[in-house]
Amino acid sequence: METPKSGEFAHIGKSVVIKGELSGSEDLYIDGRVSGTIELRGNRLTVGPNGQIQANINAKGVVVQGKLEGNIQASDRVELRASAVMVGDVVTQRIAIEDGAYLKGKVDIQKEASKSGSKPEAKTETASPASLAAAAPGGTSSGSSGSSQTSPEQKK
Amino acid sequence: MKIFRGGTSAGPETPASSKPAQRLSRKSSGLGELARQLASEEVLCVLDLGATSPANIRYLTERGHKIYSEDLLVASTDPSLATKDEQGHPTLDAKRFLGDNLVYPNAHFDIVLCWNLADYLDESLVKPVVDKLWSMLKPGGVLLAFFHTRDAGPDAPCYRYHVVGNDLLEMQPIVPPREVKHGHTGTTHSAVGGGFRLQRVFNNRHIENLFRDFASIKFFLARDNVREVLVVR
Repeated sequence: METPKSGEFAHIGKSVVIKGELSGSEDLYIDGRVSGTIELRGNRLTVGPNGQIQANINAKGVVVQGKLEGNIQASDRVELRASAVMVGDVVTQRIAIEDGAYLKGKVDIQKEASKSGSKPEAKTETASPASLAAAAPGGTSSGSSGSSQTSPEQKK
Repeated sequence: MKIFRGGTSAGPETPASSKPAQRLSRKSSGLGELARQLASEEVLCVLDLGATSPANIRYLTERGHKIYSEDLLVASTDPSLATKDEQGHPTLDAKRFLGDNLVYPNAHFDIVLCWNLADYLDESLVKPVVDKLWSMLKPGGVLLAFFHTRDAGPDAPCYRYHVVGNDLLEMQPIVPPREVKHGHTGTTHSAVGGGFRLQRVFNNRHIENLFRDFASIKFFLARDNVREVLVVR
C-alpha cells in the first residue's frame, strides 16, 4: 500500500516515538512507534509498515500494515494487510484480512445499532489488493482472487 | 510413539517451501458435524488454533459467532521457551508457554478447532495444551482435531486449514511467517525450512489417552491418511 499523501492524513513518521494519549479529529497515518491510547472517533487510522503500536485504538476505521499490540474498537471497518502482526481483540462492523496477516485475538463483528430491528441491505465493496479476504456477517466473499464484503446480516 | 521425532530440519524439498500458495480441497466429515452446531442461532465462541485464516474468520463471523485466533504452532517456536528437563535434555517450558498462550477463562469456548496441531507440536507441549483446552471448553463443547496415520509418512506437510463450506476445507502448506525463529533445541523445535515437521503419529489408543478426560470421542477415517476426531467435553 502506498504511503498516503501528507495532505490527506496527519502523518507520524517512522523516526517518531510517542508515549501517551493520542487523540484527534482527522485521519492519521502512523509509521513510527506509539504506546498509550489512540482516540480517533469518526476518523481513520492507518498503521504503516514500519509502525509499531502498543495501544488500544478507538476509531472509525483502522488499517494495519505494521505491528499492533492492543485492542481495536472500530465503528466502521478494520483491515489487516498481509504484513500486519496484531495481538489483541477486534470489535468492528466489518473486517478484511489479507492472507498472510497474523492475528492473535478475538474478532467480534457487531451489527450497526442504528439499523437494529430492520433487515439491512447488503452492500458490497471490492477490496484491494486482489488477495484481500474479507469477513463480515452475512457477507458473501470470494476466494483468493478477490474479495467482497457486506454489511452485517443480523441474526437476531 | 515418537516415530517421526528427529532433530534435523525438513529438507528443502518440503512442499511448503516450494509451493507456498497451492491449495487443495478436502471434504471433512468432522467439520460437517460441527457445521450443524455452527448453524445454530446461538452465538458461539470458537477458538481457531491454526494459522490466521481469513476464510475461517469469514465463515464463522458470517454466522454470527465470535472467533478467537491463536496460532499455537508458531507460538511454540518462541526461543525463550527453550529449557532443559531433569536429565538435561532440551525441551520446552510448558508452564511458560501456557502463561503466554491460551490465556482464557475456564469454560469459555463452545468449539475449538485444533486442526493438526497435536501432530506437529513439540512433545512437551501436547498434553499440557490438551489439558488446558479441556478446561477452556464448556461442558458439552466440541474439539475438532486431525491426526495423520502411519501411512502419511514423516514428510507429511503441515497445512493451514481454511473452511470454505460446511464440510469442505482448503488446505494450504504452511510457510512460516517472517518472524518465526528456527528451532534451537535440536530435537524438539519444529519450525524448520519451509514448514513444520511431523513430530509423531498417534494411533487410536494414543488419541483416546490424550483425550481421556473428555466425555466422548468420535473418529472419522479419511482417504488421505488423516483421522478426524471430534471430542466432546
